[in-house]
Amino acid sequence: MSEPVAISINVNGKSEAATVEPRRLLVHFLREELGLTGTHVGCDTTQCGACTVIMDGQTVKSCTIFAAQADGSEITTIEGVGSDGNLHPMQEGFWEEHGLQCGYCTPGMIMAGIGLLKENPHPSEQEIREGIAGNLCRCTGYQHIVKAIQYAAEKG
Amino acid sequence: MIPTEFDYRRAATLDEAISLLSETDGKLLAGGHSLIPLMKLRLSEPGTLIDIARLPELKGIAQSDGMIEIGAGTTHHEVETSQLIREQAPVLAECAAEIGDPQVRHRGTLGGSLAHSDPAADYPAVMVALDAEFHIKGSGGWRAARASEFFQDMFTVDLAPDEVIVKVRIAPVKYAAYAKLHQRASHYAIVGVCAALDLDGGVCRSARLGLTGAGSHAVRMPEAEASLAGKSLTADVIDVAARTASDNASDLSSDLHASEDYRRAMVGVFTRRAIEKAASR
Repeated sequence: MSEPVAISINVNGKSEAATVEPRRLLVHFLREELGLTGTHVGCDTTQCGACTVIMDGQTVKSCTIFAAQADGSEITTIEGVGSDGNLHPMQEGFWEEHGLQCGYCTPGMIMAGIGLLKENPHPSEQEIREGIAGNLCRCTGYQHIVKAIQYAAEKG
Repeated sequence: MIPTEFDYRRAATLDEAISLLSETDGKLLAGGHSLIPLMKLRLSEPGTLIDIARLPELKGIAQSDGMIEIGAGTTHHEVETSQLIREQAPVLAECAAEIGDPQVRHRGTLGGSLAHSDPAADYPAVMVALDAEFHIKGSGGWRAARASEFFQDMFTVDLAPDEVIVKVRIAPVKYAAYAKLHQRASHYAIVGVCAALDLDGGVCRSARLGLTGAGSHAVRMPEAEASLAGKSLTADVIDVAARTASDNASDLSSDLHASEDYRRAMVGVFTRRAIEKAASR
């Protein structure tokens, strides 16, 4: 039995202290211990991006980070970007432009979109497509996802 | 997918990381974007992970004595967006931008990719073509390794169990380019070629060509390099170099992404593209 690791992570503005097994993946920590199930597990192999969260200002795939590695960091999940009646412009874009079909990839897509606009507030369509290259939509609804991100970019 | 159990240690200094490597059956963990997927598949089951992601000794991009020094812990995203690298060795920034996807580039590190030596990794082709030098520290002290001798086989490099790649040193380079046929889902290189040319007017004094993805590890392509030396880079000369690269490619892989014959053909195509792009800068 490996020795548990004490971690302290700021998640959506709230400090969360816990003791975790070293092999505990960040996505499982978020979903199972904090109950933040908006972050999805899709492929579990660093490809689909459904588990995307923002860690210290950058998008990352939380299925490929141990919770222990995130000790001391600041994390934003989909639960931290808006609320009912007060949607984040990116969420509003997905609503207005119908940026989802089954919705499974949506939390990751929204986080990827937010991460992209942070680095490049006015991306071209091509840059948007490259910006979400780490996120797969198995419904293949990319046209509307791109429009949703364009909506958020225009809204600033 | 859950990895097997391991102990997690975070090193506070480079020397502590080296001591931990000597004392345990440990593996270094930086971005973890090669190691963690392998651990989840249980292809790798280290007893201890030594986290070096935050070591200040492995950070930073700087120019020293005219050379560019890049900390091994620099992420692909940092390489891609570094003003210094974009100005002094744009090929390296372009190569970094070709790796994986944005999320992967935010985590994966230069040193991690080099030490892992995935046969389809991008950086190794550029490193051998730029004749990069890796500065390595272990229990026995410092040493330097040349890129062309560092990559030895599939996932096998010239790095002892107690050694850490600390920084990568390259010379500024203008006439260099990387051209890649990527696997559509993973973005790994099926064939990737880096051309670095020493141009004088329209004449190529010498050339270095690095190849990745095609075989077990990154290699130079000496026959094709020789075919360019002393020549004006006409369409015919580039054509001969591309054909020479293709004809002399050995140790070619054959897998579900590409047959050996297809890879051989693509070595020619991407050698041509890399040379043309390098010469047009």
